Amino acid sequence: MILGGPEAPGVFDADQGSTPALRAHRVVPQPRVERTDSAMPATPAPKYMTEGEAGLCAAFGLGALLCLVASAKAADPAFGLHAGLFALAAIAAIVAILRRYAARDPEPIPQEIGGKPNYNLGPIKFAAIAAMGWGIAGFLVGCIIAFQLWAPSLNLGLEYTTFGRLRPLHTSAVIFAFGGNVLIATSLYVVQRTCRARLAGDLAPWFVVLGYNLFIVIAGTGYLMGVTQSKEYAEPEWYADLWLTVVWVVYLLVFLATIAKRREPHIFVANWFYLAFIVTIAMLHVVNNLSIPVTVFGSKSYPIFSGVQDALVQWWYGHNAVGFFLTAGFLAIMYYFIPKRAERPIYSYRLSIIHFWALIFMYIWAGPHHLHYTALPDWAQTLGMTFSIMLWMPSWGGMINGLMTLSGAWDKLRTDPILRLMVVSLAFYGMATFEGPMMSIKAVNALSHYTDWTIGHVHSGALGWVAYVSFGALYCLVPWLWNRREVYSLRLVEWHFWVSTLGIVLYITSMWVAGIMQGLMWRAYNSFGFLEYSFVETVEAMQPYYLVRALGGVLFLIGALIMAYNLAMTILGREAGERSPATGAALVPAE
Amino acid sequence: MAIAQPGLWKRHEFFEKNSILLLIGILIVVAIGGLIEIVPLFYLKSTIEAAAGVRPYTPLELAGRNIYVREGCYLCHSQMVRPMRDEVERYGHFSLAAESMYDHPFQWGSKRTGPDLARVGGKYSDAWHREHLKDPRAVVPGSIMPAYAFLDRPLDAEAIGDDLTANAKLGVPYSPDMILRAQGDLAAQLDPDGTDATFPQRYPGAVLHAPGEKGRASELDALVAYLQVLGTMVDFKLYDDKKNLR
Amino acid sequence: MPVTYDLASRFAQTSGLLYFVALFAGTTLYALWPRNQGRFDAAARLPLDEE
Repeated sequence: MILGGPEAPGVFDADQGSTPALRAHRVVPQPRVERTDSAMPATPAPKYMTEGEAGLCAAFGLGALLCLVASAKAADPAFGLHAGLFALAAIAAIVAILRRYAARDPEPIPQEIGGKPNYNLGPIKFAAIAAMGWGIAGFLVGCIIAFQLWAPSLNLGLEYTTFGRLRPLHTSAVIFAFGGNVLIATSLYVVQRTCRARLAGDLAPWFVVLGYNLFIVIAGTGYLMGVTQSKEYAEPEWYADLWLTVVWVVYLLVFLATIAKRREPHIFVANWFYLAFIVTIAMLHVVNNLSIPVTVFGSKSYPIFSGVQDALVQWWYGHNAVGFFLTAGFLAIMYYFIPKRAERPIYSYRLSIIHFWALIFMYIWAGPHHLHYTALPDWAQTLGMTFSIMLWMPSWGGMINGLMTLSGAWDKLRTDPILRLMVVSLAFYGMATFEGPMMSIKAVNALSHYTDWTIGHVHSGALGWVAYVSFGALYCLVPWLWNRREVYSLRLVEWHFWVSTLGIVLYITSMWVAGIMQGLMWRAYNSFGFLEYSFVETVEAMQPYYLVRALGGVLFLIGALIMAYNLAMTILGREAGERSPATGAALVPAE
Repeated sequence: MAIAQPGLWKRHEFFEKNSILLLIGILIVVAIGGLIEIVPLFYLKSTIEAAAGVRPYTPLELAGRNIYVREGCYLCHSQMVRPMRDEVERYGHFSLAAESMYDHPFQWGSKRTGPDLARVGGKYSDAWHREHLKDPRAVVPGSIMPAYAFLDRPLDAEAIGDDLTANAKLGVPYSPDMILRAQGDLAAQLDPDGTDATFPQRYPGAVLHAPGEKGRASELDALVAYLQVLGTMVDFKLYDDKKNLR
Repeated sequence: MPVTYDLASRFAQTSGLLYFVALFAGTTLYALWPRNQGRFDAAARLPLDEE
């Protein structure tokens, strides 16, 4: 494959012989690397199925059979549909494995080509594209439900489009589908590059990526049909949870095995964060989703915990989904992509170590701040509050570490909109991690809880931090994966940045005003000592803010569409023909 | 490139060099926090049982609760009154842990786009709820709640006994007799004449409801029965606040 | 002695505090240990040192 050269044949055709992606400044003339596999002499070696191929085919065959039986015996239509979907997916997987076998060389895929690791990029490409697609779907559903709050008739009176069913679709699509695919794509990329080793496993990485996206499809279609546990951010029912557990364990094994075969003595800090994310999410997911199904042929289950215990387990899960899914994983992105893009080493590696242990230690305690003034015992509430406030320190330590990595390269912020996107994400991270501890203080929480302030806070973190750092990572990753010099158009990145930033500002300011107003109206008394407002008056007062919020969401969605176009053009290998100051100035060797 | 250095801190490579040790280190750090925080709560049972009157849901109420869960009502309605003057005046006595001890899952919620429902039971008539669910703005003009007219369809509760069985396995005190009679009890609660005299013995204090359409249990009926029981089980005239300080 | 809720919660609170202090001290010591500096500096450049 020629570096930075014309087309690779297929979008995902990177399983074999993919040379490491190079960046613009690094494009140096290199002798063409011969693909050892395609240059084999004519004597054909006998071809066998690997144990993995044969074993997986057998397992999927058995799985398909069981799912078909379950589908036939289903107690409710949703379960029947999902069992059928699982069966179809298993059959499709068998076909895919057999076709791949028929097309591949008899020799196993080489771990190295010409002394360099033969990185496995195919599954990463899939996850990157899936992330973009799910992101747009998730933002779109978010806009729809935002408008529904402004004009409830927009659900058209259908049961499938009520707020209660679409809201989990929105949260799961943005957190687990968009965020999850970004995390899977970046983690599988970063772990290979920083370990200088090809991803462990042959079919396993594909199983992780495709299996995870199958989980998303099952979960999302389930919500529309009313299949939900009604535990916030843990809505999928028992069978989807079981499937995710299997996928997640394989993910962990692939990640660990890749680290184990590394050719670099040190495990890079980004991989610590990824590992903490994978392990902790596994633990949280399993414990919070313990439940018993009413029947193994039906979708309904009852969680084993109840009442106050269920509440604490749920928010232990819920807050750490924020801490380990939406923070630790994306901090890993920060620790790899910002140094890479800014071409500066990490500001303080020592700080990153303290940052890591302090962050994972403190986050795990912070959950009870979601349960202030509830029937949860006071000491647990106070504990949650204390650790939430302390969390401010490692959070800002991490932010400062990321920001200071730019020292000596601040000028790049002016010329490189992708780097700017990531740096602004850190600013939003700093803002959200200041606001969060503040809102965990009981006196503040008394006002903010149950209001739209919480929604605003979540979105300043989700849009400003998680989505922005993801966008930055995707803008870096897509050209690397597809061997392009740079994204199709940096000017479109500029547009994306400004349109969506305006969207975020509209979103969070309207929700601040709405939330604080709501909280104050609920507790307002008139001069006779009676409550001043009926509940519905406080609902009516929200209308203008709900509209502004929805419009902010639309701007954010438009930004994402611009990005999708830009990335599609990058993948297709088009050139915008613009003279970009960023790439123009950077054509100097880095070392 | 890192080169291992001999010396006192030889073991520094502990975490960095061994992925399994790193994994175990992470697991210990995250698991212990959760254990310390959560485990004591499971000794709380003795305390929360002090509030008398909390009983398992009737089959009809449980079916209604499953609809509440299915439709994601918790996304806009909390079920947790906090001990603050305005909330107690607006909604009623603050919520006790005991009141949700049979709730699998809990539905305390985290957002009040609509009002809290922890004590909505008995505040409005069945007819009001029915109208409000079918067309919220016909009853409350400023409401932004979706219309749930589609709930006016037959309730599929043939297997409600299995639901009781599942709850019983999780510690909800449904007796074998209750499980056996679940189907009949569901119908009994929708018979306002109270023909089945044994029903109130199994579910003391359960309120009988008239079905929207005679001879047919609808999802709407079940949901209304659930809403009407919310927050009504504990008699606060008999409840001693001081005994339950945590 | 039977484990009551009071006992369990008090034990949790005390041990939690000790555990927290120990972990924080350990991490800080590890990160600031002078010997580790060279390796950490190298590690900080790891993303840039790819071929």
